Amino acid sequence: MAERPEDLNLPNAVITRIIKEALPDGVSISKEARSAISRAASVFVLYATSCANNFAMKGKRKTLNAGDVLSAMEEMEFQRFVTPLKECLEVYRREQKGKKEARKDKDKKADSEEQDKSREEDNDDDDERMEEEEQNEEEEVDN
Amino acid sequence: AEMAAARLSGTENRLVSLPLSRIRVIMKSSPEVSSINQDALFLTAKATELFVQYLATYSYKHGRGKEKNALTYTDLSHTAEECETFQFLADILPKKILASKYLKMLEKEKRDGEVREDDDEGEEEQDENEA
Repeated sequence: MAERPEDLNLPNAVITRIIKEALPDGVSISKEARSAISRAASVFVLYATSCANNFAMKGKRKTLNAGDVLSAMEEMEFQRFVTPLKECLEVYRREQKGKKEARKDKDKKADSEEQDKSREEDNDDDDERMEEEEQNEEEEVDN
Repeated sequence: AEMAAARLSGTENRLVSLPLSRIRVIMKSSPEVSSINQDALFLTAKATELFVQYLATYSYKHGRGKEKNALTYTDLSHTAEECETFQFLADILPKKILASKYLKMLEKEKRDGEVREDDDEGEEEQDENEA
C-alpha cells in the first residue's frame, strides 16, 4: 500500500485489531463501522492535539509535553484515560531509558552505525529537549 | 492464527500498537503546533487506542447491533449524537437515512408548511438545511 506523507489515516489492520480485542469474541464489525472508527480516531488526535496545545500556550511553551496531553484528556471529558495513561507513561519512560543504555553499550563495542540509526528513529523536532532529557537521566542512573 | 499475530510485527506485546510516526503526522497537521515532546507523542498514541476501545465498546453496549452480534455504523452515529463525550464526532458520523425516507420527510414538511400558516417559516428552513 503506497502511503503519502500527508496520510492522516491510521492503519486499518491496527485499528481493526484494537476494536476486536475490545469487543466480546465473535462480534462482527462492518467495513463501514471500522472505517468510521478510524476516521473518529484521526479526529480525536486532532482534537487532543489542539486542546493540549492550548495548555502549552498557556504555559508559554512551544513544545507539547506529557502534562499538556493529560490536561487535554481531562478537558475533553476523558478523565478515565488519565490513570492508565500515566501508568503506561512510566513503563514507556523506563523502556526508553533501557534503550539508551543499550545504545551506550553498543557504543562501547564501537558500533556507531546502530546509534545513528536509533537517533533517526527517535527524533525530528525535539533534538534539544531529547539531549536535555538524556543528560538528566544520566545523572539519575544508579549502577 | 498465532502466526498471523506474530506477523503483525509482534505489536501485541508492545506498549502501543498505533505507529508513532503516523500519529505525529496527524498532530503536525495542526497549524499552531510547533514541536512535540516524545512523551506527549507516546501519550497521544496511547490515548487514541483507549479512545478506539471506548468508542467501540460504548457503541456496542448502547446500540442495537448487538441484537445481531455486530457493531454497526448506526451504533456509532447513535453514540455521537446521544453521548455528550462523543459529540465532537457528530459531524463525521452523521445519521444515515434512506433516500425514500428523506423524500417522504420533505413532502411532509411541505404539507405541514401549507396547513399551518402560523408556523415560523424560519424554523422550517433550518430543518431543511439540517436534513
